[in-house]
Amino acid sequence: MQNKAKVFPVSHIVGFVLSLVMTFAAAWVALKTFYSFNTIMMIIGTLAVLQAALQLTMFMHMNEGEDGRTQTINVVYGIFVAIVIVAGTVWVMSIGMHTHH
Amino acid sequence: MSANLNTSLPLEYQSEQNRMNILGFWIFLGAEIVLFATLFGVYAVLFQRYAGGPTHQDIIMIKEVMIQTVLLLTSSFTMGLAIFEMRRNNLKGLITWFVITLLLGAGFLFMEVNEFIHYVHMGATMQTSAFLSSLFVLLGTHGAHVTFGIIWATMIIIQLVRRGLTPVTARKTFILGLYWHFLDVVWIFIFTFVYLKGLVM
Amino acid sequence: MGIKWNEFFITGDPLILGSQIAILLTMIGIVAGITYLRKWRWLWTEWLTTVDHKRIGIMYIIAAVLMFFRGGMDGLLMKAQTSGPEKEFLTAQHYNEIFTTHGVIMILFMAMPFLIGLMNVVIPLQIGARDVAFPHLNAWSFWLFFSGAMLFNISFVIGGSPDAGWTSYFPLAGKEFSPGIGNNYYAVALQIAGIGTLMSGINFIVTILKMRTKGMTLMKMPMFTWTTLVTSVIIVAAFPIFTVALALMTFDRLYGTHFFTLSGGGMDMLWANLFWLWAHPEVYIVALPAFGIFSEVIATFSRKSLFGYKSMVFSIVGIAVLSMVVWVHHFYTMGASPGVNSFFSITTMLIAVPTGVKIFNWLFTMRKGRIKMTSAMLWALAFVPCFVIGGVTGVMLGMGAADYQYHNTLFLVAHFHYVLIPGVVFAVFAGLYYWWPKMFGHMLNEKLGKWHFWLFVIGFNVTFMPMFFLGLDGAVRRAYTYSEASGFAPLFALSGIGSVVLAAGFAVFCYNIYWSFRYADRNISSDPWDARTLEWATASPVQHYNFAKLPEASSLDAFWYMKKNNEGLTLSDKEIKKIHMPSNSGLPFIMAIVFGVTGFFLVFEWHIAAAIAALGIVGGLIYRSFDYNDGYYVPVEEVQETESAWRNVKGEVNNHVS
Repeated sequence: MQNKAKVFPVSHIVGFVLSLVMTFAAAWVALKTFYSFNTIMMIIGTLAVLQAALQLTMFMHMNEGEDGRTQTINVVYGIFVAIVIVAGTVWVMSIGMHTHH
Repeated sequence: MSANLNTSLPLEYQSEQNRMNILGFWIFLGAEIVLFATLFGVYAVLFQRYAGGPTHQDIIMIKEVMIQTVLLLTSSFTMGLAIFEMRRNNLKGLITWFVITLLLGAGFLFMEVNEFIHYVHMGATMQTSAFLSSLFVLLGTHGAHVTFGIIWATMIIIQLVRRGLTPVTARKTFILGLYWHFLDVVWIFIFTFVYLKGLVM
Repeated sequence: MGIKWNEFFITGDPLILGSQIAILLTMIGIVAGITYLRKWRWLWTEWLTTVDHKRIGIMYIIAAVLMFFRGGMDGLLMKAQTSGPEKEFLTAQHYNEIFTTHGVIMILFMAMPFLIGLMNVVIPLQIGARDVAFPHLNAWSFWLFFSGAMLFNISFVIGGSPDAGWTSYFPLAGKEFSPGIGNNYYAVALQIAGIGTLMSGINFIVTILKMRTKGMTLMKMPMFTWTTLVTSVIIVAAFPIFTVALALMTFDRLYGTHFFTLSGGGMDMLWANLFWLWAHPEVYIVALPAFGIFSEVIATFSRKSLFGYKSMVFSIVGIAVLSMVVWVHHFYTMGASPGVNSFFSITTMLIAVPTGVKIFNWLFTMRKGRIKMTSAMLWALAFVPCFVIGGVTGVMLGMGAADYQYHNTLFLVAHFHYVLIPGVVFAVFAGLYYWWPKMFGHMLNEKLGKWHFWLFVIGFNVTFMPMFFLGLDGAVRRAYTYSEASGFAPLFALSGIGSVVLAAGFAVFCYNIYWSFRYADRNISSDPWDARTLEWATASPVQHYNFAKLPEASSLDAFWYMKKNNEGLTLSDKEIKKIHMPSNSGLPFIMAIVFGVTGFFLVFEWHIAAAIAALGIVGGLIYRSFDYNDGYYVPVEEVQETESAWRNVKGEVNNHVS
C-alpha cells in the first residue's frame, strides 16, 4: 500500500502473463492432448482454480487493508457454500434420478 | 461520511465510510459467488440433457471463445493498471486505462451477442432443451453483469472527469475494479467448465 | 398480453368481494384521514424518506403486524374450512390459494420483517453506534421488501393468488399445470423482496463488524448482536440461491425454458433442491435472531449474565455452517440413494446438538436467578417447553427412513408450527414487550400483556397439538376436506377452537398497542427493566442521533457495569460535539414504486411495459451514482437541549415492573 512508489506495475504484468499462459495451457490440454476425460478435467480444473486465486490476490488484493482477514474469511466461506451447492446439487440430483428410473 | 481522513492510506481507504463500503462490496461479492455457484450447479445437473437438440460439439466455436477469453483477461489486466495509476495519483493514466478496459469489455460483449445469434441460427435456443436453457442463462447472467459494469463504469468516468480524484471517486473506482476482476474470475470457470469441458466430452 | 381483461379483477367469490370493498374503503379512509389531518408533509419527511434505523425498524414492525393479520386470516379460514368433515365453506381451489399465501406471508412477510425490524431498532444501539453502516441502503431494503410484500398481497384481488404451496414445487407450479398468472406473483414479488433482504444482510454484517463502540470486542457483543451477525451471514449465503431459483422459475413460466419442466429434459426436482438449499437456511435466518432476543430477555429478567456465553457463540457459528448442509431432509421421499439420505439424516441430527446447547444455557441462566415474571419473560419461559416439542419431533422427522411415514401428513405441519411459533412469534412478542419503551417511550400494558400471553399460548397448543395426532392417524396436509368416516372430525374441531383462542390472543395484543398508545404512562425512566446492554444507556424513545457521546464497553453486559461502577452515565457540556448524520432521501420510496410497477407488468407478462418500467430502475441507480449528498451536522445546541431534556427529568421511575 504505497502512494507514489513504483512506476512499473511488475506484479500486474506477471499476473497477466501467468493468466494468459494458464488459459492457453488449459486450452491446449483440453483440445490437443489425448489424456482420459478425468485427467484432463483434473488438469484444467486445477488451472482454473489457480487462475482465480491469482486474480483474487494479485489484482483484487483480497487480503489488503484493515479488513483483509475479514475479506479472506468471507471469500473462503463463499467458496465453501459454492462447493456445497455445486457438489451437493450434482450428488443429490444424479443419484436421486437414477433410482427413479 | 465524516471528515476523519487517514492520509497515510491510499485514497480509497482514507475515510471510515470508504472502508465500510469496500468491505460491504466484498461481502456482496461473496453473495455473487453463491449466485454463480447456483447457476453452475444447475448447469452441472442439466448439461447433458440435450432433449434431441444440438450438443456442445454442434454449437461451440472455440476460436471465438478464445478471443473472448483473451479480451476479458486483458481487460482485467488493464483495469488493474487503471487502479495502479490511481494509486500513483495519475488521473490521466487512470482514465486512459479505464476507457481501454471498457472498450475491451464492449468487444467481449459484441462477440458474445454474435455467439448467441449464431446459436439461434443453428436452432439452439433457450427453449430447445434443458442444456441450452442452463447454458444461455449462465452465459447471459455473466453477460448482463458485464453490461451493467460498462454502464456503471461510464458513470464513474464522468464523475472522475468532473470531480477529479477524491476519496469518494477513488473508492467508487476501486469498487468497480473489484467487480470487474470478479467477472473475469467467473469467466475463467465458464471457459473451463462450459466450453473446454463441453469439447472434451 | 398475458391476461384477458375480464379476468383482471377476481370476481364471483363473496369473501373476496368483501375484501375488495374493505381494501377500497380502507384506502379511501387513509387518504381522507391524512388529508384531513394535513399529515402528508409529515408522512413524507418523517417516515417515507427517513434513513433513521429506528424509524425504518418501526416501519418493518408495522408492516409485519399487518402481514400477521393477513396471514392469520388465511389461517383462520383454513381452520374454519376443516373444522368439520366435508364442509363447503371454501372450494378446493380457494383453499389451495389460502394455504399458499398463508405460508409465504407468514415466513417472508411476517417473521422476516418482524425480526429485521427489531434488528434495525436495536443493533446500532446495542453496539453503541449512531446508525447502520449504509443508512440509505437500509431504506432501499425496507422499501423493496414493502414493494414485494404489497405486490404479493394484491394477488388475491387482481389476477389471482398463487396456489402451488409456499414451496411451489414443479411441475405443479409450471406453466403447464398452473397456466394462470398467480404463480408469476410468487416468482416476481418474492424476487423483489429478496433483493431487499440480501442488502439488509450485507448492511448488518458491515455495521456489526465495523461500527462497534470502543472496547466492544467480538466476544463482548450482546447475544442478540451475535445472532444478528450470524443471521446476516446466512442471509448472504442463502438468498442468492433463491434469487437464482426464482429467476429460473420466471424463465420457465414466462419464456418457455426447460429448467424444471417435464419436457425438454428439465428436472422438476431440481426446483425442490434449489428451493430447500435456500429455505432450510431460511429457517435459521428466522430462528437465530429469535434466540438472540430470548437470550437478552432471559438474562435481563433473571438478573444474571447469560450462562455459557462462549458455548452460545460457538453453537450459533456452528449452526451457520451446518445449516447449509441439511437441506435434503425436506425431500427424503424424492427417493435419493441411501447414501444421500443417510448423510443428510446425520447432519440433521448434528444440528440438533448446538440447538440443545442453547436450551441448556437458557435454563442455567435462569437457575438461581431472581426471575421477574414480566410479559416479555413469560414468552421466553413458554418458549422453552413448546420449542422442545418442536425440536424433538423435528429429530423424528430428520431420520430419513422414519420420514417416509410422517411426510406429507399433519404431523409435519404441527412440527414446524411448534418450531416457528415458539421460536419466532413468541420471540418477537417478547422483543416487543421488552423494547417497546425504547421505541416509543412508554410501556405496553402488563396486564393486557398477560391476557395476550395466556390466550395466545393456550390457543397455540390447542390448535397444533391435535395435529400431531391427526398426522399420525394419517390425515394429509394441504387437503381441503376429509370424510366423516375418517374419524378425524373431533380433533379437527378441537384444533379449530384453538385457532379462535389464538386469534383472540392476537386481538388482545392489537388492543394493547392501541391502549398503550393512548393511556400508558409517558413518565418512565430510560431504563425501565434495569437492563444490561447499551441500548438502555440512552433516552427512551431514542433521540435521532442515538448517543450524544458514544459509550465505551469494558465488558460483556456493558451497561450493567456502567451502572454498577457508576461510569460513563453522566454527560458534561464539554463532551458534546456536533454530530454527523445522513440526510433523508425520497429515492428508496420512489424506487419501491418503480420496482413494484415493473414487477406488476412482469406478472401480467406485459413484457414491453415491464422493459420500459425497468428503465426507471436503471435511471434510479444512475441518479444515485451522482448523488453526493454528504449528510448534515446536528449542532451542539440541539444536542445540549435534547440531552438536558431527558437527563434532568424529575421523578424518574426506576422500576416499572409490577
